[in-house]
Amino acid sequence: MAKRIDVSGLTAFYGSHKAIEDISMTVEPRSVTAFIGPSGCGKSTFLRTLNRMHEVTPGGRVEGKVLLDDEDLYGAGIDPVAVRRDVGMVFQRPNPFPTMSIFDNVAAGLRLNGNYKKSELGDVVEKSLKGANLWNEVKDRLNRPGSGLSGGQQQRLCIARAIAVEPDVLLMDEPCSALDPISTLAIEDLISELKERFTIVIVTHNMQQAARVSDRTAFFNLAAVGQPGRLIEIDDTERIFSNPSVQATEDYISGRFG
Amino acid sequence: MSTAPVTATGAAPRTLRGARLPKWSPWAIAAGAVVVAVVLGLVADMDNPAQLGLIAAILFVLGTYGIATRVEGRRQAKDRVATSLVWVCFLLAVFPLASLLWETVRQGVKDLDFYFLSHSMGVVADTETGGGIYHAILGTLEQVGLATVVAVPVGVLTAVYLVEYGRGKLAQAVTFFVDVMTGIPSIVAGLFVLSFWILILDMGYSGFAGSLALAILMMPIVVRSTEEMLKLVPNELREASLALGVPKWRTILKVVLPTSIGGITTGIMLAVARITGETAPVLLLVWGTNFINTNPFKDPQASLPLYIYQQYANSAGYGAAYDRAWAAALTLIAIVMILNLVARGIARWKSPR
Repeated sequence: MAKRIDVSGLTAFYGSHKAIEDISMTVEPRSVTAFIGPSGCGKSTFLRTLNRMHEVTPGGRVEGKVLLDDEDLYGAGIDPVAVRRDVGMVFQRPNPFPTMSIFDNVAAGLRLNGNYKKSELGDVVEKSLKGANLWNEVKDRLNRPGSGLSGGQQQRLCIARAIAVEPDVLLMDEPCSALDPISTLAIEDLISELKERFTIVIVTHNMQQAARVSDRTAFFNLAAVGQPGRLIEIDDTERIFSNPSVQATEDYISGRFG
Repeated sequence: MSTAPVTATGAAPRTLRGARLPKWSPWAIAAGAVVVAVVLGLVADMDNPAQLGLIAAILFVLGTYGIATRVEGRRQAKDRVATSLVWVCFLLAVFPLASLLWETVRQGVKDLDFYFLSHSMGVVADTETGGGIYHAILGTLEQVGLATVVAVPVGVLTAVYLVEYGRGKLAQAVTFFVDVMTGIPSIVAGLFVLSFWILILDMGYSGFAGSLALAILMMPIVVRSTEEMLKLVPNELREASLALGVPKWRTILKVVLPTSIGGITTGIMLAVARITGETAPVLLLVWGTNFINTNPFKDPQASLPLYIYQQYANSAGYGAAYDRAWAAALTLIAIVMILNLVARGIARWKSPR
């Protein structure tokens, strides 16, 4: 059940160093939003503030509000663990749990959270693997270790693991950057299927991928070296890539820097 | 080479080829060195094999350098000398180990049989033949087992704290003290337990008192090796688990520890292997006995290192007690080796595939 995200005035610190400053945006449910921008501009940092993973880094601190369907994730009394159950994440490098089989990997989110019925696990795993387009390839070897798959399959396994807990939002931090073009295509097709069920936010270095996959695109940039990253422009993807409002966006898109 | 063109400076052009000594040349030079050393030994009336071996080694290195310089060139000669020095050092390092094993097996096999392993010294005096080490094996296994039960949970949980949670002064202090504890001499640990457990608390000599001292010796090793293994778990695994909404303690218990369990087990087994042979604390705390005592919490117990020491001390260098001491030493080495093999087996079985 996809939810809407409203961010207002978000600033994130590493200790005393300000990494991103004053970001405000809205992400509609059941849509794909892409974050683009040069290296080091704070896209991944911002993504991690959306599921309270930023504070896992020692010294990580956030000011501002992130509303998930009108509930402030950083409000008083909010449990970060519960937030991460509702906002899932897929990382840049596939990281299946090495000691677990494929079945156990997909079921890990449910098992480790404690509230599940043993009889339902099989159905949930099958549904998640089908949702990640991996079921046909692994249905005969669910008990083999997860690390025995290829890179693209491992990343789809991680996606299956993330969607098995039925989050409201799925965050993807450069999910295809470690993969070959064919696996990348498979994952991009998967994203356009998944957006029927989840709100998806994807950070990508690859502008063509942002143009292919997303409905809205947000461009981030640093004012200068050492300055915090800022949101420069967010708009429908078509408009960003054909007729952006801000000059810096146009410069980045046409490759004058980045 | 005779029709090679001359370069602009008039010097002969460099060639890519070089002469090489044949493959069998190191063996030939070694054989030659040994022959010369033996001849020198005969001439100078030296027959100590260690001296002759040393002379042969020196001649080998010098001969290699000389012959290689003449045939191959300076650089190859230096390479060969470095290789031979490395080999000589390796042999020097392995020789005592091999010699120790050989001697122990040779001396220990005499008395080693099933009777020896299943009977105690209850009815046999030290000067008589017969008797066995059952009581000592039982004592060692119980004491080491109890020490493991005490030291492993404390050690592993301390390491988990240091790696996953500790950030400030307390973690630094704990690390410091663990490092200091790694260097505690075993007799100091024994004296500490003696003064505390036996003299102040008046609990009496027992296997458990020995276990306490062994646990003190074992714990820092377990902490250190577990710490290293936990640090090797990539952070992305922790993040993957946290991002699923799994609380931190469950992440540690279900993801981090299982991933590193192979290395942790190896570390624990190595710590166990080390304390199995510690004699000093056992000498002070377990007191020793000739009878079988299955209760480690009450009354003195026997122990393999203690038994070896006592038998040798009463043997004057030959006789039944001397043979029993060697056989017990062989048993002790066998136990430690089995533990090491089990550790490697577990590590391989449990390692992430």
